[in-house]
Amino acid sequence: MYRSHVLVCGGTGCTSSGSPQIIEKLKEEIAKQGLQDEVAVIQTGCHGLCALGPIMIVYPDASFYSMVKVEDIPEIVSEHLLKGRVVTRLLYKETVTTTGVRALIDTDFYKKQHRVALRNCGVINPEVIDEYIGTGGYEALGKVLTEMTPEDVIQILLDSGLRGRGGGGFPTGLKWKLARQNDGDQKYVCCNADEGDPGAFMDRSVLEGDPHVVLEAMAIAGYAIGANQGYIYVRAEYPIAVERLQIAIKQAREYNLLGKDIFGTGFDFDIDLRLGAGAFVCGEETALMTSIEGKRGEPRPRPPYPAQKGLFGKPTILNNVETYANIPQIILNGPEWFASMGTEKSKGTKVFALGGKIHNTGLVEIPMGTTLREVIEEIGGGIPNGKKFKAAQTGGPSGGCIPAEHFDIPIDYDNLISIGSMMGSGGLIVMDEDDCMVDIAKFFLEFTVEESCGKCTPCRVGTKRMLEILEKITKGQATMEDLDKLEELCYYIKDNSLCGLGQTAPNPVLSTLRYFRDEYEAHIKEKRCPAGVCKALLSYVIDRDKCRGCTLCAKTCPAGAIMGSVRNPHVIDPDKCVKCGACMEKCRFGAIYKK
Amino acid sequence: MACKKQTVPFSGTKEQEEALKKAISELKDTPGALMPIMQKAQEIYGYLPIEVQTMISDEMEIPLEKVYGVATFYSQFALQPKGKYKISVCLGTACYVKGSGAIFSKLEEILGITNGECTPDGKFSLDSCRCVGACGLAPVMMINDEVYGRLVPDDIPGILAKYN
Repeated sequence: MYRSHVLVCGGTGCTSSGSPQIIEKLKEEIAKQGLQDEVAVIQTGCHGLCALGPIMIVYPDASFYSMVKVEDIPEIVSEHLLKGRVVTRLLYKETVTTTGVRALIDTDFYKKQHRVALRNCGVINPEVIDEYIGTGGYEALGKVLTEMTPEDVIQILLDSGLRGRGGGGFPTGLKWKLARQNDGDQKYVCCNADEGDPGAFMDRSVLEGDPHVVLEAMAIAGYAIGANQGYIYVRAEYPIAVERLQIAIKQAREYNLLGKDIFGTGFDFDIDLRLGAGAFVCGEETALMTSIEGKRGEPRPRPPYPAQKGLFGKPTILNNVETYANIPQIILNGPEWFASMGTEKSKGTKVFALGGKIHNTGLVEIPMGTTLREVIEEIGGGIPNGKKFKAAQTGGPSGGCIPAEHFDIPIDYDNLISIGSMMGSGGLIVMDEDDCMVDIAKFFLEFTVEESCGKCTPCRVGTKRMLEILEKITKGQATMEDLDKLEELCYYIKDNSLCGLGQTAPNPVLSTLRYFRDEYEAHIKEKRCPAGVCKALLSYVIDRDKCRGCTLCAKTCPAGAIMGSVRNPHVIDPDKCVKCGACMEKCRFGAIYKK
Repeated sequence: MACKKQTVPFSGTKEQEEALKKAISELKDTPGALMPIMQKAQEIYGYLPIEVQTMISDEMEIPLEKVYGVATFYSQFALQPKGKYKISVCLGTACYVKGSGAIFSKLEEILGITNGECTPDGKFSLDSCRCVGACGLAPVMMINDEVYGRLVPDDIPGILAKYN
């Protein structure tokens, strides 16, 4: 028995900011103080507050240390762990009040969250199967195999109202039902862990923090549809997730929770890992299956749907990581419990990866129906540097931007679609007044052009043409006819592309056109970028009244474009200026501005 | 994509070839084995030159164009050798809005190479990547396995100096 447990986040965010070194130092210091039999150090998954990493929680009192440095460790060990005196100065400041220390769940970041899919993330050691079992893990699988028929399982999912968390929002129970109804000598259960939306990392956090929940849910799916083989298709860019999955699969096999005759019921199920190799289109279901088959990951027309003819031509279901992470809880707590959360048509919770211009970047799980305002202002802590909110981008390259006018819309599948965006897999990037919406649209189109697999013409050629028009606009060379052409192309590509990638590729343009048409028009008509981002339309100017003639800007300028003598106002030669902005960064008097 | 090291001749060793053959014989019979085998091959050689693709094609008894097709489809399969220090700058959305574009330009300027290339001395290669998942630290770049976060362009010369 240990009297204290120290939990250190070992997710990718905290690992990048140095948590492995923290763990090493902790163990060293604990041994130095002779506490190794009293205090246990545990590496967990993600706590969500990635902006404040590395994160460390000391139990039983749940003191939450943030942005921990290796140098802080000796003090924390000798003061807190040895003498029981919390080092208040190093705590997450939101937990420190005038009257003492308050619980993490009462902080703004956590109090509106409700963790279902992330239940175990940051709580258990993902590399020890016993910890998962200790929190009720594999109980749902046991219940399903010993007390329920496959039809019962599917009915529970249908009743729960669970919809796919990967973006499409297709009812999970219905997907399983269709696959169950199709006869086949062999069926497959697949897990989409190819999280391609840049800026979304919830699936990675589940895999890193609670890998067994995915294995358990896939085994339940296998029982429900009559499959005995599963594949997890995971991005190779997630080395920690891959490693923890490998460990989890090995441990589950050792405990006979995967393999032959699970729980002595005669049910066989096993799972193999397949690594992606960096192709966004492989997040599309048919492309993903083609890739597991070892081929170029090109999508194919549907029908036949995967439930009829999927992987290796057999009936297959494919669900995303977060979808699976909800399932064992639904089985154990009942469909009514799950359906009691959320809105009428979107039940349960959704995990979002908050990023961009927001204080608390990280991972949040909120009940469906929470408003964007609550997510950004309360949970996310608002926009840094006193800047004004401009838009939130959801759904990545397939989604759109939500402007301030929809700040109070409850987030669910249907609401987001009605305002021209989509849920997507859960990336939520906040943009402020300094972001140019035309530039953002161009950024997403660059992505799609690069990632288009090239199989169908509307996507391969159409997105390229769209990008060319956007480039013209950002260079101030476009006409209003170009804008009409751009819009027409959008609808054409949406209607005619083969797969989801092409069908949704125009969304970032359509939604920015819908809400920020004035910005497009300013680029075209006035040759001006209102946010001051598009380089070709910018010029840097020195304010004569503010300039003190310190010569710093002239020394900094890589192009030699700034002229002037000491103590006299300087000027920038617009013909020589390369618009790098170095002078503006260096000026100590705020005399240089963009126009 | 042009690479300034393009002329580097293939220099595989006997040991590497044996390791590849062993991997192929182990994986050959699993369904959909081609990609795992190519990933293994890239692990062994660091990239997939035509010589390695030919070996895979011969050993697996599948047409070379099939191997080449897969190799060129996925961005992680490299047909050119990478530098000793592989720099990848995240150009995912979260990093982009926080200015990773300027980080990338700074690296291009200092190293004199662009996306997908490596320096003539074989020391640095530069790639853009999509989200390493450290969005809380945006903008982010990686040099081999080391992650550098919350970057501003002025940090770059100092960081590169560590590797010189």
